[in-house]
Amino acid sequence: MTRKQKKVLYRIIIAAVLIAVIVLLPVEGIAKLLLFLVPYLVIGYDILRKAALGIVHGEVFDENFLMTVATIGAMCLGEYTEGVAVMLFYQIGELFQSYAVGKSRRNISALMDIRPDYANIEVEGILEQVDPDEVEVGSMIVIKPGERVPLDGIVTEGSSTLNTSALTGESVPREIHAGEDIISGCINMTGLLHVQTTKGFEESTVAKILDLVENSSMKKAKTENFISRFARYYTPFVCYSALALALLPPVISLLMGNPADFPEWIKRALTFLVISCPCAVVISIPLSFFGGIGGASAKGILVKGSSYLELLSKAKYMVFDKTGTLTEGVFRVTKTVPEDISKEELLYYAASAECYSDHPIAKSLREACDREVQRDQVTDYTELGGMGICAKVEGHVVYAGNDKLMKEQHISYRPVTETGTVVYVSADGKYAGAVVISDVVKRNAKRAIAGLKAAGVNKTVMLTGDRKEVAKEVALQLGLDEVHSELLPADKVDCVERLLKEKNEKECLAFVGDGINDAPVLTRADIGIAMGAMGSDAAIEAADIVLMDDDPSKISLAMQISRKTLGIVYQNIIFALSVKFGCLILGALGIANMWMAIFADVGVMVIAVLNATRTLKVKESQDQGLYACEE
Amino acid sequence: MKKTYKIEVDCAACAQKMEDAAKKIEGVKEATVSFMTQKMKVEFEDEQDEQKVMKTVLKACRKVEPDCEIFFE
Repeated sequence: MTRKQKKVLYRIIIAAVLIAVIVLLPVEGIAKLLLFLVPYLVIGYDILRKAALGIVHGEVFDENFLMTVATIGAMCLGEYTEGVAVMLFYQIGELFQSYAVGKSRRNISALMDIRPDYANIEVEGILEQVDPDEVEVGSMIVIKPGERVPLDGIVTEGSSTLNTSALTGESVPREIHAGEDIISGCINMTGLLHVQTTKGFEESTVAKILDLVENSSMKKAKTENFISRFARYYTPFVCYSALALALLPPVISLLMGNPADFPEWIKRALTFLVISCPCAVVISIPLSFFGGIGGASAKGILVKGSSYLELLSKAKYMVFDKTGTLTEGVFRVTKTVPEDISKEELLYYAASAECYSDHPIAKSLREACDREVQRDQVTDYTELGGMGICAKVEGHVVYAGNDKLMKEQHISYRPVTETGTVVYVSADGKYAGAVVISDVVKRNAKRAIAGLKAAGVNKTVMLTGDRKEVAKEVALQLGLDEVHSELLPADKVDCVERLLKEKNEKECLAFVGDGINDAPVLTRADIGIAMGAMGSDAAIEAADIVLMDDDPSKISLAMQISRKTLGIVYQNIIFALSVKFGCLILGALGIANMWMAIFADVGVMVIAVLNATRTLKVKESQDQGLYACEE
Repeated sequence: MKKTYKIEVDCAACAQKMEDAAKKIEGVKEATVSFMTQKMKVEFEDEQDEQKVMKTVLKACRKVEPDCEIFFE
């Protein structure tokens, strides 16, 4: 508890004890009033002060005003215990609310505790700890095991494993070696690393993420704005209604020749005021959104504002980029068709023939080959433009390339119909087989699409610049509804525009890309989701929701979080308002008294706040359910 | 120019009132208050003295919520 909260707590205890004592004392009349004024002022002086200041400043209708009028009114009617108790319970409610909010605020900052405290700089052989802010770009820093990486950079010496869970929510550690990029915010687990920084602290990944998360509650959701506007009209409405309730019935009764019974109607009006406090709804909504955003960031899903969390729950169209989003974006050997030789031999011939090439295909061949390629065994290397390569591998004449090359060399080959790039190989004029290389579908992609369908997405669409056959194959494999292939970047925008027109007003369209060359589409869609954003500034800038790792199944997790948050928001609005209006009617009819009123007010708020804090918890089962099948 | 300030405010409704009050101040182009993060983000109009504008903002906010605090110095 903060000092402020403790002070309120002591005041509550003192006032409660005083009330208990005074109730037992055998005093009556004016002496009783004076005695009750002591706990009343102890517990309510700040409310009275704020109400008075509010009136002075022309801000009449607020909670302080409601409470002041209700309690003073009760005291005037001789209901001393009620008057003080209402103030006491109101303060208990406020204290609870401020405690709960403070707690979730701390919980969320703990989840996002990625701010590095210091960086180690070597000065004349001695390590010195300095503020990451002060480290200049290009400096050499040292990261010891157990320390947080303070700045983005390149590892120059050493290798280690990194814990990226604070950034990505992924618990499997990542390996890092000299020459590779390192991202701030991860924790160095095993080895000593020497790093040359490439960015200042302000531009580093960790600073960008913190900035994003901290500013996320600035983009308010429609529901949030609605409720604050609502409160603005609600309070004056309630005040005037209370006034009418206090005056109209007795006056009408007088006119009809009956006794007026002012005290009874005033009492009802005061009860009405106590019930009407809108704090439960007003507090629980931003709290729910904040919790939802916090829970999502703990899973490596950064949401840039409550408004996007709200929109995501309405996403009915999910449009994907292919390469890097649904597929790995890296070429791999997916199939080998050896002819009369072993698979290993075929790969060795192909990889050796291509050993001087930097082409992605050559790289993927070398990666797939078990044996290290001996460059000195490869001679007479010639590139045959547009066809392939000819080289002598361990004395054998090897041709590796497309079907044209085989035809030209009059080698009878067996055509392969697989989608992807096919490399035919011949050794000593004899056909040796074919290797198929293609972009691989991400291992979670199929589940991700199924998960989205289950989460209520009506249409999944894939846009790609790739060839038709490849696109179709991927779409079929993943169970996508629609696919558009051979698109230029500008065509992708047109495609999204068309889909935006097609959908109905209330539905939302989300575009998922890797943020590298689809920034225009990301901004055009209702919700832009960028994935694999570790280290990609462009993606963080352009998108509304950022997935820190490149796991597409995180999208359905994000949708679940969004649904849950919105569900809780609506529960709270409906619950609080229906209880309030119900009690208002009971109060006006004289069925509910002031005690019931104060319990309705504080009780509803406590329940609403507790309900709102549920958003912070992302159920483990939801999470594991998504990954369980792959492991 | 955009700047973010730490603030202290006790209730969500008051935070909303502060936001509305700050928006009306001359020199302020846009203002947002987040109750949950206890931050105020202000976008100033061109060539405005930030400190001067913020003093008026604080004054206006104190009017709607006497207990609030904005840390801008």
